[in-house]
Amino acid sequence: MVINIIKYGAIFILLVLFQGLILNNIEFGDYVVPLLYVVFILALPFETPNWLVLIIGFVLGIFIDSFTDTLGMHTSATVFMAFGRSYLLKLIEPRGGYEFNSKPNVQFMGLTWYLLYASILVFLHHIFLFYIEAFKFTQFFFTFGRAIASTFFTMILVLIVQLFNYKSTTKS
Amino acid sequence: MRNLIRFLSKNSFIFLFVFLLFVSFVLLVQNNNYQNSKVFNSSNFLIGNLYSTINNVNDYFNLKEDNAKLAEQNAKLQATQIGTFTKIYGTTVEINDTVYAQKYVYTSAKAINNSTNRRENYITIDKGSINGIKSGMGVVSPKGIIGTVKNVSENFCSVMSVLHEKNAVSAKIKKSGYIGSLVWELGNYRIAQLRDIPNHVKLNKGDTIITSGYSLVYPEGVIIGTVKDFDLPEGNNFYNIDIEFSVDYKSLSHVFIVKSWMKEEQKKLEALNDMEE
Repeated sequence: MVINIIKYGAIFILLVLFQGLILNNIEFGDYVVPLLYVVFILALPFETPNWLVLIIGFVLGIFIDSFTDTLGMHTSATVFMAFGRSYLLKLIEPRGGYEFNSKPNVQFMGLTWYLLYASILVFLHHIFLFYIEAFKFTQFFFTFGRAIASTFFTMILVLIVQLFNYKSTTKS
Repeated sequence: MRNLIRFLSKNSFIFLFVFLLFVSFVLLVQNNNYQNSKVFNSSNFLIGNLYSTINNVNDYFNLKEDNAKLAEQNAKLQATQIGTFTKIYGTTVEINDTVYAQKYVYTSAKAINNSTNRRENYITIDKGSINGIKSGMGVVSPKGIIGTVKNVSENFCSVMSVLHEKNAVSAKIKKSGYIGSLVWELGNYRIAQLRDIPNHVKLNKGDTIITSGYSLVYPEGVIIGTVKDFDLPEGNNFYNIDIEFSVDYKSLSHVFIVKSWMKEEQKKLEALNDMEE
């Protein structure tokens, strides 16, 4: 338990720094903003209590917002995503429930399950974030396009992270 | 009983969600109104220092270009040095040079964080209240305008870039002197729109756009960019003008913060007009 807290704490700090100092400065064109930090919410174990996921989402959002001077924007989107996670997990639960000690990643749950799980949540997060950022519906399709394109790039990064995860655990 | 507990615990989750969402919306609205968040922004001590450390490393990659820019400016300054002038007469001449009172003072500073891909872009700069920087001052670079100082902490300040949807700059066509308002919208960080130029003004591609000096933030005549493209929609009284910025906002490094000595005086005078009406 304590080891888990330290492990996830370290991942948290790494992700926040990576997002704030590196990813925020990378641009794939004008529409796309890769937001890898959401992978933290995706990677939390199944046993994490729902209320804790919400609070972690809130804190994570605050940290990311501090880097971009947009207090509240990423926070609300991440809280929304954390909220969606608990319902989605129930919705796509395999027959017989989640196995004890398994984690929401490609290795335990398979690629199809993970793609469904991750892309829905990332899309929820991005669509919420970009409409909050725009704060209006006048440029509906432009904002929608940004959300779709950014979801695509974030998903690529999320899958790359899964690749690393996969390798390191099979070796040991 | 078990059902009751389950029902309650399920609801408490939703209550927590609504509460956290509410808190973040409050933060968001406060933040949008007037950056009330003095603690959680990139000019705070912790993240400001982190950025400046990272920036120290990044600086090495720009050394060559920065040196060229500095050399260019040195050359210009050298031209105004006393040594470059010679006396016209051999005897002593008395010159009354108080015709020119100093109106603007420049503080040199360095951009340590910058964004160009958001709707509201901010730049963090390594000068703060201990250097006499105040909210509302203008920021320029040798090549053109940068933005307006928004939040100031002890050692850093954050600047609302011209690449900010809500930052409109009063701009002037250098040749004809017509005043318009320059706004930027997300899409291309090199292009902005100049509005309110009436249809009888003669325009050419490549015309220089400068600041008007009306806003009291920037001195008059600081370069903004050049006219890239313009058209006059049918039945419209105003041009649609695309301006190409003279500054590449992705490669900011050394900037100047502009302080206007006479801003207070001018504001006070203009406030008198409002009071009499």
